Amino acid sequence: MTAPAAVDTGYEVVIGLEVHAQLLTRSKMFCSCSAAYTTAPPNSNTCPVCLGLPGALPVINRQAVEMTVRTALALNCEIPPFTKFDRKNYFYPDLPKGYQISQFDLPLSQDGHLEFDVDGVRTRCGITRVHLEEDTGTMHHAGDVLQEATSSLVDLNRCGVPLMEIVGEPDLRSADAAREYLVRLRQILVYIGVNDGNLEEGSLRCDANVSLRARGATELGTKVEVKNMNSFRAVHHAITFEIERQAAVLDGGGTLVQETRGWVEARGATVSQRSKEMAHDYRYFPEPDLPPLQLGRDLVESIRAAIPELPEARAARFSSQYGLSAYDAAVLTGVRAEADTYEALVGAGVSAKVAANWQMGDVAALANEHHVALADSGLGVGGLAALLALVESGAINGSTAKELLSELYVVGGDPAALVTERGLGQVGDQAQLAAVVAEVIEANPKACADFRGGREAALQSLVGQVMKATRGRADARMVTTLLRERLSG
Amino acid sequence: MPLDPVEVAHVALLARLGLDGEERRHLGADLDRILDHVSALQRADISDVPETAQVGTLVNVWREDVPAGSLSQEQALANAPDTDGEYFKVGAIQE
Amino acid sequence: MSSAGLTAAAMAAALRRGEVTPQELLADARAQVSRLDSSLNAFLALTDDLADRQAERATEMLRDDRLGAGPLCGIPVALKDVLCVEGYPTTAGSRILENFRPPYTATAVQRLLDGGAVPVGKTNCDEFAMGSSTENSAYGPVGNPWDVERVPGGSSGGSAAAVGAGMVPISYGTDTGGSIRQPASLCGVVGFKPTYGRVSRYGLIAFASSLDQVGPFAHTVEDAAVAYAAVAGNDPRDSTSVIDAVEDPLSALRDGVRGMRLGVPREYMGDGLEAGVRERVTEAIRVLEELGATVEEVSLPSTELGLSTYYIIAPAECSSNLARYDGVRFGMRVERPSLTETYLRTRDQGFGNEVKRRVMLGTYALSSGYYDAYYRRAQKVRTVIAREFDTVFETVDALVCPTSPKVAFTTGAIQDPVEMYLNDALTIPVNLAGLPGISLPCGFSDELPVGLQVIAPRLQDARVFRVAAAYEAATEWHRHRAPLVAA
Repeated sequence: MTAPAAVDTGYEVVIGLEVHAQLLTRSKMFCSCSAAYTTAPPNSNTCPVCLGLPGALPVINRQAVEMTVRTALALNCEIPPFTKFDRKNYFYPDLPKGYQISQFDLPLSQDGHLEFDVDGVRTRCGITRVHLEEDTGTMHHAGDVLQEATSSLVDLNRCGVPLMEIVGEPDLRSADAAREYLVRLRQILVYIGVNDGNLEEGSLRCDANVSLRARGATELGTKVEVKNMNSFRAVHHAITFEIERQAAVLDGGGTLVQETRGWVEARGATVSQRSKEMAHDYRYFPEPDLPPLQLGRDLVESIRAAIPELPEARAARFSSQYGLSAYDAAVLTGVRAEADTYEALVGAGVSAKVAANWQMGDVAALANEHHVALADSGLGVGGLAALLALVESGAINGSTAKELLSELYVVGGDPAALVTERGLGQVGDQAQLAAVVAEVIEANPKACADFRGGREAALQSLVGQVMKATRGRADARMVTTLLRERLSG
Repeated sequence: MPLDPVEVAHVALLARLGLDGEERRHLGADLDRILDHVSALQRADISDVPETAQVGTLVNVWREDVPAGSLSQEQALANAPDTDGEYFKVGAIQE
Repeated sequence: MSSAGLTAAAMAAALRRGEVTPQELLADARAQVSRLDSSLNAFLALTDDLADRQAERATEMLRDDRLGAGPLCGIPVALKDVLCVEGYPTTAGSRILENFRPPYTATAVQRLLDGGAVPVGKTNCDEFAMGSSTENSAYGPVGNPWDVERVPGGSSGGSAAAVGAGMVPISYGTDTGGSIRQPASLCGVVGFKPTYGRVSRYGLIAFASSLDQVGPFAHTVEDAAVAYAAVAGNDPRDSTSVIDAVEDPLSALRDGVRGMRLGVPREYMGDGLEAGVRERVTEAIRVLEELGATVEEVSLPSTELGLSTYYIIAPAECSSNLARYDGVRFGMRVERPSLTETYLRTRDQGFGNEVKRRVMLGTYALSSGYYDAYYRRAQKVRTVIAREFDTVFETVDALVCPTSPKVAFTTGAIQDPVEMYLNDALTIPVNLAGLPGISLPCGFSDELPVGLQVIAPRLQDARVFRVAAAYEAATEWHRHRAPLVAA
């Protein structure tokens, strides 16, 4: 299903995204249970702390703090000298303590921004804050519909996993902008190693606040929170739907209700989630069990220094340093591991253009087919570099290299040795090729006549004949040159 | 200033205390009395005074990111009033 | 001859001389409990298997120095039922935790077990440690060993009575607004509240997180000091636990008070004191002067705001700490078709009146629109109170004053919650400022014990013991035992 085209409703669209990202720590936020809970049997990954048993106390995971600061810095935020945790109090079965340890008025960071392109136009969205809290447990409702379930099952394995909340300013003006913001944000989070970027499975979650106002107005319209969007496409569709729904209400003279609505993929619509909006009074107060954090300049700067080169900066450098087009640079730096692979190839002596073409072309196809990246494959970066060195030196031709790549990708091997063993070396000896060219010209008078008559395609078929005669080992460029020379004499 | 009974009911709901009318009246009256006493706080001079959320000077108390053992599923469920053997079980959630 | 009523020091000496075994001490303790507890109700449960195992272990440890016997090795002790002991019911004096068996043990208790102490059982207390008389226990009130018709004080009434009645020489309670010191005063025993953070709260069922501390009851100051040292020290599982090493409270214990400057806060000697309390405490202060301390009157002007401050902060924190009692994962559940109804019914039936009162008060104080006027304001007044102590400690080394304005009152005599709260007026400010404080016997009024309170600056726990020990050595009160102790 293709994305619906954006409809100009005549209103100004105001969107703010709230993203929750599970941090890639090894243990939970406030206890030492494993943070890798997804495969554990229900309620087998808990302890007195994350179970909220009487007498249990939280202890902060230092790595979670570091990852949050890293994220905040990557998003250009300010890190205040003093920050603390607060209790957010409410009752729900997936919240064992009856409160969530989160951050209220003095978060770990504030006032950042994210830049990205929307249809080629440079756009900036403010980041209000990035703060740290703990995740809740999960619930399964008997039957599929919450409102009709007579009982629910609670699993607390996920309870206490570190969760980073990234609140964006309501600076986004379209569903496209929202999607691009999210794409760029996700890319950065994965790049800096704090989150696995998995929207489908919920380790990365996105809620959208959508409102409309008259163009030129400064006050915000009624805000609707949209939840349950599990993919970039869902985010786009849901926001698009919501914009149109709100516009229709306003156009009809109605008023919008401030509410929470869930995206229902099957219906292609957002549905109101609360029949009676129960106002939450979270009664925030400072967490008495946790001393505050004072993150000194030295600590913050050491975290900043360890942030890897971010995707945009890396793409720009790839363009200038390796002479790649903006498009190619973006493709090669989309995922950090890929960018690392590219630079490893170039570092191993492969020329920039060749490395780029092969990595984006045949290598990418094989990685997809076998579900393993080059760096983890049997051939590995070193193997590919060796293979491409053979191409660049003229020892083998392009199609031989493709075949070898395909053969060796998963199992690995020594390309040079194989070339020698099987006699795959490119035939580049001019005299040898000239003899074959002569034979082919003699055997294909019609094709020659067609070529002389102006049909370029006929040349290709002659080249093909030479390749066939040499069992694919001829240097194709040389063959083409020789054929042209002979036929135009 | 006496607490509005609606307010008492609201606080009881926030605290998930299922008080009947009698209890609400008594507790409301108790709260009134206590809040009266506590109103002495309003007269204190606290300009420029910071809050003490904790006594002491501790900051940056944290632990390294090392996973350790968890309770077994059996231990986690041992005290539960109702389970299905693997999950905690609760009644209908009406939003 | 029974060891009931002996000090832990005397018992420890007898153990080392081989005159008695840990099993015999345990048997004596059990016999005393058996004889007296039907009228005192100090214990909620006996931890028999654990006690037997620990007595075995203690026997081994006493034989072999390498096994790490602690100073309380082989000594019978009792634990307030807010301290988690793995596998044993831990009720916090509440119906809502009637059958809760924690899968883990509190750090303070574990340290005792590791050192070979013998826990006889869990003691009765006000529900969730909220109260000043132990009348708020869901399991019945506790009798005062000096007069069983009277209260032992609270909330650690069971632990105080257990020592006062000679059942055990050492017990542990908790003090949030005076819940160790006040019952110690009413039961004629020593009760110590450490500097906030000195003893781990991991495994202590929380009432008010920024105020709670675990501490010992004993017959003598030295016993209390040993019992404190046995559990004190940083715990990585408690982020509020003090990191600096614990100063050995025994090293300066006998140094006396000559040359020390002691302050008597005038606000603590005001009109609210019973005459007998005022007289005994005044006499006690004179004794300290005769021992060579200089005594001067000081002022803590915000004392009268202490009660108000406490009765906003403590309920606020407890309203949050008690939210976990929802019948989902442990404890009592009153089943109803809907989740919300289950919460409402469970908590209405599971909690007693005082708990509901404080949860309501705390919820109100934190709720939208009231946070600034109540909670935030109270936290600021708390700073003022703490600073006043700091100022006073620039001119004096320690404070001496009464612990409780009255001696033990009759069970049922105080029905008005606010009147009950007044019992803690002299102990609360110490918790608000996180200071160490002790109560020790300083005489009788109408044949009921009166307690003297000593307060020192944060982390000066050793100094508290030193001043208290000097007074104790010059008097005989610590030798008195309630008549029912002996057969």
